[in-house]
Amino acid sequence: MNVIAKPYSDPNSLIGKRIPKMDAPEKAGGRTRYIHDIDIPGQLHAKILRSTQVHARIRSIDTSAAKALPGVHAVITAADVPWQRPIGVAKDHLPLKTDRVRSPRDEIAAVAADSVEIAEAALKLIKVVYEPLPVLTDAIEALKPGAPLIHPEPHGADGKPGLKPGAPVAFTGKPDNVAMTFEYAQGDVAKGEAESAAVIEDVFHLHYVTHCCMGVSGVIAEFDATGNLLLYSNTQVPFLHKREFAELLDIDPGRIRIIQPPIGGGFGSKLDIYPFEPIAIFLAKITRRPVKLVFTREEEFAASPTRQPVLLKLRSGCTKDGALTFRTVETLHDNGAYTSWGATTPFVMMQTISSLYRVPHCKYLTRAVYTNNPYAGSFRGYGNLQATFAVEAHMDKLADAVGMDPLEFRLKNAQDPGEVTPQGMNFKSCGFKQCLSTAAERSDYLAKHREYAAKQKDANPVKRGVGIASMLHVGGGAKIYPSDGCGTILKIDDFAHLTLITGASEIGQGSETVLAQLVCEELGLPLSSATVVNNDTDITPWDVGVHASRTTFIAGNSAIGAARKAKAKILGAAAAKSGHPEDALDLRGGAIVLKADGKPVFEIGKFLRSLHFSDKAELVMTTFYYEPPSKHQDKLFKGDVSAAYAWASQVAEVEVDTETGIVRLLKITGAHDVGRVINRLGIEGQIEGGVVMGQGYALTENLVVEDGRVKNPNFRDYKLVTAPEIPEMDVSFIETMDGEGPQGAKGVGEAPAICIAAAVGNAIHNATGVRITSLPFTPERVYRALRGQLPEPVWNVPA
Amino acid sequence: MSAKVEIQFELNGVGRRAEVPPGMSALDLLREVLGLTGTKYGCGEGECGACTIRVDGVTVNSCLMFAVDCDGRKVMTIEGLSSDALGRRLQEKFVEHGAVQCGFCTPGLVMQARHLLEETENPSHAEVQRGIEGNLCRCTGYKKIVEAIEDAGAGSE
Repeated sequence: MNVIAKPYSDPNSLIGKRIPKMDAPEKAGGRTRYIHDIDIPGQLHAKILRSTQVHARIRSIDTSAAKALPGVHAVITAADVPWQRPIGVAKDHLPLKTDRVRSPRDEIAAVAADSVEIAEAALKLIKVVYEPLPVLTDAIEALKPGAPLIHPEPHGADGKPGLKPGAPVAFTGKPDNVAMTFEYAQGDVAKGEAESAAVIEDVFHLHYVTHCCMGVSGVIAEFDATGNLLLYSNTQVPFLHKREFAELLDIDPGRIRIIQPPIGGGFGSKLDIYPFEPIAIFLAKITRRPVKLVFTREEEFAASPTRQPVLLKLRSGCTKDGALTFRTVETLHDNGAYTSWGATTPFVMMQTISSLYRVPHCKYLTRAVYTNNPYAGSFRGYGNLQATFAVEAHMDKLADAVGMDPLEFRLKNAQDPGEVTPQGMNFKSCGFKQCLSTAAERSDYLAKHREYAAKQKDANPVKRGVGIASMLHVGGGAKIYPSDGCGTILKIDDFAHLTLITGASEIGQGSETVLAQLVCEELGLPLSSATVVNNDTDITPWDVGVHASRTTFIAGNSAIGAARKAKAKILGAAAAKSGHPEDALDLRGGAIVLKADGKPVFEIGKFLRSLHFSDKAELVMTTFYYEPPSKHQDKLFKGDVSAAYAWASQVAEVEVDTETGIVRLLKITGAHDVGRVINRLGIEGQIEGGVVMGQGYALTENLVVEDGRVKNPNFRDYKLVTAPEIPEMDVSFIETMDGEGPQGAKGVGEAPAICIAAAVGNAIHNATGVRITSLPFTPERVYRALRGQLPEPVWNVPA
Repeated sequence: MSAKVEIQFELNGVGRRAEVPPGMSALDLLREVLGLTGTKYGCGEGECGACTIRVDGVTVNSCLMFAVDCDGRKVMTIEGLSSDALGRRLQEKFVEHGAVQCGFCTPGLVMQARHLLEETENPSHAEVQRGIEGNLCRCTGYKKIVEAIEDAGAGSE
């Protein structure tokens, strides 16, 4: 696709402007109806009974007293839904557990009642008899012989009466605790190590955090008279879930309609089906009533997915000239009790290991193991925060080992445009080196780095430090599913009002505004002429979902395609009517004009009305963007998985109080290769929000899991960053005008969160001379590390 | 089931009567009984600020206030700001500055910001940051929210 970008000086261009989010007035007025705000006449309220045990056999469940409570319409257990099927990425997770619970979040029974209060009262009347099993909460122990097994039996046929033989069983059980394994290699790491002047090895430990969407999870399920399912859902992937729910219910996917009310935050949390959704559907099916199920915040903390916790051993080397020679990486992923997307974060992690910088020899191994801990899902950045934390610590250490400054060392190894990495990624546009130099210059990184290092031994107990880190992430979709496409329908009415019907889901990131901008730009219409419809699978065309920072790129290209079809049709008709050649005409400022001098030929609304009342009235355009020019990885994890790649460098400046261990993040200077800015207001918001999310990961957030239980399921003890704590933010955009991107743009959604912890870790080292290889940098951790009292992560993982 | 208590109060300038169970929160009264869903449930324990309302001139977390304690008071919610000049200016500034993403925290933040601007004329950057520290936002990183409030405050007389 050609870039047809107009220069910024064009006063009529919508591209690059500061455009307020289209749905913001409704939201600021408190008028937006999220799932929590929707009530369906006749609906029942559902609540879930979860396990009190970490790992146990369920000996018996007595629901009789709960069923007898007035106002209770249904109480269900696994025995009531023998046809249920396992869900999740590995299909290892039955929504309602049969004879074994593997985690305190596990769903044992559910109630549908006239009110939430009655449903909660009914839960208290359900009696469950457990037989405790040995608990496994250490991922290293999970690999040892004799460890308790988490999934020893097939699910669905593990001895529970009421489960019919022959019932669909998709998960056959596991003779060990290894959920998934990922192995990747390029070159010969032994050769790389032999060529190295410096070799270093460290072990990193990355902790549990969770999404903390401000809107808690919820769903409403309703069957119509003929058994069609209507689901009000917060999903980020409506079309994939339509298919999954169809499999679960053994019905045609065409009989499932998913409506997404405005979503109170996603960040990757809504890419998988979780048990509460099938459970609400089961209850709706059994009661023949609409069923609404909404979490409490405590439930949200205890029963939502987490970011993938990782133990990571990294061995790297470089020549005396500072050229990277090899990387050997081994990681242990604590999968938790079930497999969601967290287990598959190696897809992204190995890209950072192999291709953020040029490394000739790489070897990568991940094992994701079952434990009785919370299970990990997908979360903005998808493994990249973890991999970048380790890689960028080593970039500093290797630079130091060969006597180079950290910026020079990075510039020497950074990727250039046109490179195809050994993993198969083709960097058609790449502003990485501009990102590095821009972030370094604007933060005065080199001078400060030298100055602060020299002051490490000063008497002043309050130190300052700067740290730099960079990231590579998919920026042109990601070929993970069979298709990475998105469809668009564009309807233009006879008043030149556009209805842009897109498959793309909106989770607060501003996709509706960007897509409207792109279409209005093509058609020379103001943004006020567009309405976006994006939340109903019965209306919208297919899309793979909002993930992988893909929406602007993929849905944007699809929307532009629809607009161009409409434009060609309008200009063709205008040419016939006016006698001007079609290629002499253009759409600008709400008119059909002469391309050469902008002179109006027809006012567009009037012209469209004239078409409407002719026999050429059809102005519904459809288009699609199937497929972006990317490839699935092969079995060796090689392939050009995205149509474009995004880059960023961020410099963190911190203050470390060595007497208290308190680290203050003073400033983030970021430079992002975003291809091109489409909505300046929106992209700033994405970056600022991502930076502060990264700050939380680095400094304050920690989901404390002890013996399989979440110990801090509330905002008092799970510390999100608040307004007074945010850093000064200086953000630059490197506009590399990607040849495939819509108006040259690339994805940006995940990028800003990725480097922060790595940059802060390097900054703490610059301030104090102490390298901390585990997160988060809480006062206690930093205080102990500064006194040599922090146990370093160790790699005693069985081979 | 416990007996209900009858209360009478002023809600967004209009007198209201309601019968509420003694244990009900003001948040549930607004959302479940009166159908005003602009006030959000975020945590239920006063930590996130999504349920911020104004009662007799001060902002409170409505999840921590008993519904019965609304009796005899003047209650203002986000819905009441549509006819309030300061509230409307704040809402416009939130939109203009890009302070809204998913928007779930926004009503609570607008309510808290309105209180701040009522109390503090032309607040400093630090005062705005401190003024909203009890309101959590997961999307925006707060910067644009602070800018919006500062801009609205600069316009106040």
